[in-house]
Amino acid sequence: MKIVIVGGGTGGTILANNLARRLSGELKSGKARLILLSASERHMYQPGLLYVAVGKMMPDELYRDQRSLLEPSIEFHVDPVEQFALDKNQVTTKSGTSIDYDILVIATGSRMVPETIPGLAENSETFYTEESAVKMFKTLQQFQGGKVVITVGVPHKCPMAPLEITFMLNDYFKDRGIRDKVQIHYTYPIGRTHSLENVAKWATPEFGRLGITYETLFNMKEVDGKNKILRSEEGTDTPYDLLIAIPAHKGMEVVEKNALGQNGFIPTHRTRLNMEGRTNVFVLGDTTNIPISKAGSTAHFEAEALGENIAATVKLGMPVRDYDGKVFCFIQAGKDRATYAMFNYTTPPDPKVPTKAIHWFKLAYNKLYWNSVRGLL
Amino acid sequence: MAEKKIVDARGSYCPGPLMELIAAMKSAQVGDELEILSTDQGSAKDIPEWIRKVGHDYLGSTEEAGVWHVSVRKKK
Repeated sequence: MKIVIVGGGTGGTILANNLARRLSGELKSGKARLILLSASERHMYQPGLLYVAVGKMMPDELYRDQRSLLEPSIEFHVDPVEQFALDKNQVTTKSGTSIDYDILVIATGSRMVPETIPGLAENSETFYTEESAVKMFKTLQQFQGGKVVITVGVPHKCPMAPLEITFMLNDYFKDRGIRDKVQIHYTYPIGRTHSLENVAKWATPEFGRLGITYETLFNMKEVDGKNKILRSEEGTDTPYDLLIAIPAHKGMEVVEKNALGQNGFIPTHRTRLNMEGRTNVFVLGDTTNIPISKAGSTAHFEAEALGENIAATVKLGMPVRDYDGKVFCFIQAGKDRATYAMFNYTTPPDPKVPTKAIHWFKLAYNKLYWNSVRGLL
Repeated sequence: MAEKKIVDARGSYCPGPLMELIAAMKSAQVGDELEILSTDQGSAKDIPEWIRKVGHDYLGSTEEAGVWHVSVRKKK
């Protein structure tokens, strides 16, 4: 049985390590092979970018060597897949190598696409890549006062990011002693301050307490950089001095080029995680079109369910469990307080009052992540 | 003829049905009809509110066995 995982992000790495342990006997005896193909020899802890953007982490803290995170039985190659021939059970990599598989897992992730909104890329700051997070921090350091507008595209990676960056900016300007010279204005696409109703119920009074203004039902249409105005699909104009963007995301280009899914998101069964219409192709994390959060924890819990199922398929010829839609997201509520939201397909979250203890745990998790992707946590 | 697209957002707390619809509308063509499926009772109110505010055509809502079906036509 040959298992090929495409993508070395959170989902692909956790799944590879999970399977390496569950199938250790089969891999040792040669009855199974486990191949991981990635575009990078480095692994990035993406949630750390939020902290880089406000000067709380250095960029080099975000990376580990990918090979060092993997069980030795995993055949790892920095050679991204460029062609998917699903009818032939074969993928072809950038180097031109064709690889047959019995089971394929696609976990290529997502990317921000600020260029889909006219004027956004050239007139805003964001933090979804190392380069942009460093640039945002440098811009913030130069900022002496005015109106900071946070704007949110759909869909986006990390649903807590809009609130987190808003609360982090509040503390950032407070620490610099210029909070009274800064208006922080938050905009959000739907009719409340967060998609999770209970999170919105907590966040909205927090905005009032901290003097953060907000506008809901606001979807970016275009940015007039010359006049510093953000325009919405709903017909409103919002002037800004500094624009902070959570840009919309798409799946990776390779998914679209191979016609696997619109906007790079692959149609995926919500509990079995197989690609619709395929029984031996599975999809993980941001790459799915499942209507749940595009977040590392989603990829993590999907990978655990899929690891059990693929291992059971190798051993028993059938899967053993469903993915229940579990997601767990920390919510950084400022520089020194945090809470969390945990939910699945049937149970909504009920976030508690933010505390310093959960903030410290979140800081600890920033380091524990490396044990998490190794499949140890 | 414009296609009718089903957006299945049942069981979606985050990003939620309206966010799923907004994302789907971005990819749709003017004239396309979309029907969103939601298990969130609030969808019957907040989705039509957004549709009207943006200026698309709200085609109606029905509820069957705890699933709300909200239909919209992209107008611009």
